[in-house]
Amino acid sequence: MSEIEGIYAVWLREAKIYTREKERLISSVISPLLWIFAFGAGVGSTVNVISGYSYQVFIYPGIAVMAVLFTSLFYGVYIIWDRKLDFLKEVLVAPVSRASVFAGKMLGGATDAMMQGIFLLIIGIFIGVPLTPLVLIQAFLMLLLISIAMVSIGLVIGANLNSPEGFSLVINFVMWPMFFFSGALFPVSNLPAWLAGVTALNPLTYGVDALRGIILGINQFPIYYDAAIMLVFAMIAMGAGILGFRRM
Amino acid sequence: MVIKTEALTKKYGKLTAVDQLNLEVEEGEIFGLLGPNGAGKTTLISMLCTILKPTSGRAWVNGFDIVKEASKVRKSIGIVFQQPSVDDLLTGRENLAMHNLLFGVPRELRKQRIDEVLSIVNLEKRADDLVNTYSGGMRRRLELARGIMHHPKILFLDEPTLGLDPQTREHIWEYIQELAEKECMTVMLTTHYMEEAEQLCDRVAIIDYGKIVVLDSPQALKNKIAGDVVKLKQQNPDIDSLRKLDYVKNVQEKDGLLYLSIKDASKHLQDLLTHTGPIDFVEVRSGTLNDVFLHYTGREIREAEAEGGFWERVMKR
Repeated sequence: MSEIEGIYAVWLREAKIYTREKERLISSVISPLLWIFAFGAGVGSTVNVISGYSYQVFIYPGIAVMAVLFTSLFYGVYIIWDRKLDFLKEVLVAPVSRASVFAGKMLGGATDAMMQGIFLLIIGIFIGVPLTPLVLIQAFLMLLLISIAMVSIGLVIGANLNSPEGFSLVINFVMWPMFFFSGALFPVSNLPAWLAGVTALNPLTYGVDALRGIILGINQFPIYYDAAIMLVFAMIAMGAGILGFRRM
Repeated sequence: MVIKTEALTKKYGKLTAVDQLNLEVEEGEIFGLLGPNGAGKTTLISMLCTILKPTSGRAWVNGFDIVKEASKVRKSIGIVFQQPSVDDLLTGRENLAMHNLLFGVPRELRKQRIDEVLSIVNLEKRADDLVNTYSGGMRRRLELARGIMHHPKILFLDEPTLGLDPQTREHIWEYIQELAEKECMTVMLTTHYMEEAEQLCDRVAIIDYGKIVVLDSPQALKNKIAGDVVKLKQQNPDIDSLRKLDYVKNVQEKDGLLYLSIKDASKHLQDLLTHTGPIDFVEVRSGTLNDVFLHYTGREIREAEAEGGFWERVMKR
């Protein structure tokens, strides 16, 4: 019981701060809009229709994953600031387990990322993405799973680094390859062999594939297979996160 | 015994911050750890609070082993850190509410406890403002309120009045004393302010280089090295002959000045001056813990501090 209250306490703090920092809210709305409208519509004007969908709609699931990926990974930097400013000390000396502290932080980050996810799903309705209520729920759950995995990765990195500058350096090496080799911007069905190999090793590929399957019905792997891989990946990431917090 | 350590040691590489320390603190005591920065006070407290693991040795807080039963130790203690650790982006009340959840205060008591501690530290009116609008003293009071809200058996205070103005400092002393009495709490505090140790503590341990140099009540410590201190300036002092005087307890020479600890200066000063011969300067005052520190370590606490002073720490942030 007290562990659950501990998780709630840490999550509540994150949620309150999220709603108080207007910059976070605004930036999380603007960047996906740019991708969908500027990039999607721009490239879409020269690229042919892919699998029966306009390019803008085709990359929509990829953009949604990207927005969640970026926000989730970058969330790890807050743990460095918390430590620098000593706010975390109070939480670390409390009689709650480190696993609970991690869970609270992780859920806080996932909340942050999913606010953006929800916003993107709403935009999807307006740009002609075929979203039925059932699809919306499935897409939401898939994005949540991706977010949980990626927030955990961000927190692992944050727990092991001491400077915010170092964090952005490291996170760029994680974030961009994950994004580019995930098939978020192109179909993975007819890639050259080396690229196909790299994308197959990237866990995010399965997240993108699942979401595209759920929303557009285009998927290379069965959805349960995608979801299982993401689930295992999320579990490993959470385990690493708890270990990282124990050593903090 | 509420706190007990046995050969407790913490090493950072070659540096031994806390060195084979043995200590016992009784229930209900206000116990002071006095020493310059870098003496190992904070390291000692951090180990007792289970933030740091000792390199060797053992310790018990409220009867629980600090390594094997860390979570039980944490439930029995309240901590006020040296550096402020209240959350800037939350209000005072929200900080306290979060603490209630983290420390498992029963639901039905939460609101009452928050109001109670807010009134103890006089923060009721600002409770719903964001902490980043608080002054340094107010933050400190909020932390104190937070530290006692779950009614800990033992309260650890690491430099509770560092960097505060004298008025606020005295207020905080009052709060601490009141609390210790009302809640029957044991308080362990670190300080490098002599007045703080003298005013607040039942017993004081003077710590230097990770070891306890001496431990007693502030009064007994002062008595040990005599009631009064005479500061003298003289061209060619004859220290050996001064040492032989029966009312002189100790003589130390520092920066061309002589510091004599003597019994009852009002009675013996005249006689003393006949022995010293002509002098350039004399000052007489009653002894303080600073003299005790000087007596045992050969340094004044203020110069010891130059090794890692307050400003240095502020600038680092």
